Amino acid sequence: MIVQQIIFYAFALVMVLAATMVITVRNPVYAALYLVLTFFSAAAIWMLLEAEFLAIILVVVYVGAVMVLFLFVVMMLDINMVPLKEGFIRNLPVALLVAAAMAVELLMVIWSKSRFGVDLFPVPPPTPAGHSNTQALGELLYTNYLLPFEVAGVVLLVAIIAAIALTLRKRTGIKIQDPARQVRARRDESVRLVKMKSEKPQGG
Amino acid sequence: MLTLAHFLTLGAILFSLSVAGIFINRKNVIILLMCIELMLLAVNMNFVAFSRFLGNLDGQLFVFFILTVAAAEAAIGLAILVVLFRNRQTINIAELDDLKG
Repeated sequence: MIVQQIIFYAFALVMVLAATMVITVRNPVYAALYLVLTFFSAAAIWMLLEAEFLAIILVVVYVGAVMVLFLFVVMMLDINMVPLKEGFIRNLPVALLVAAAMAVELLMVIWSKSRFGVDLFPVPPPTPAGHSNTQALGELLYTNYLLPFEVAGVVLLVAIIAAIALTLRKRTGIKIQDPARQVRARRDESVRLVKMKSEKPQGG
Repeated sequence: MLTLAHFLTLGAILFSLSVAGIFINRKNVIILLMCIELMLLAVNMNFVAFSRFLGNLDGQLFVFFILTVAAAEAAIGLAILVVLFRNRQTINIAELDDLKG
């Protein structure tokens, strides 16, 4: 039990520090990398909560795909960072005030014994060895949650098409083959027969 | 002993941090998108914690779907960002005032 506490506090500390760096660091590349660290710590804490499948999904899908996409975009765009940082100091007091108020309110609700106390939510016993979180999730996903699962697939398809349609552009002034145009080519367009009198050889 | 309140506290701190991030990075669209990802992570943390302490897997399935939607949102958001930068050569929100809002 004490080991679990040590793990929890260590990863929670890393997570909060990394999240702080995400919102304060100047370079968006570093912000993306700190966000990766945040996700890794979150995955570790989800392991502690026995959500093994989601922890792996968080690392594989989020860190492996979404954050790489972020990094890709950040590095592809040539951004002038100076004007983006103005107002940082001016907004800081407001931000701290709002965030502190929000955190205090949330913590007051969370730590009230009558709502989320130990007697209402007792610590569950650890699941026995051999229990498969992935299998349990899959059984639920393909029975009770089949329709939402299909809808999620459609959402991803829409996202793919939307992202491609948004970033597709016709570039002018470049030499490019148009296969459809090539297939449609007809004889008249390229060959012209000219009737003319035969010429006499010069000086003959 | 790790109780439910510990995990909810972590989620609450993370959510407050991301709200602060939205306030102090008001000009930079990329950091704003990252703050939204942080918010979703905080919410997911609560879902996973409740799922564990209620002994009910439905919470984890919700996280599954939230991750799906968040991935779609990030892909479309970044595509819009690329188009925006291509047309305006800036991602500064203060300069995006075409709609006179």
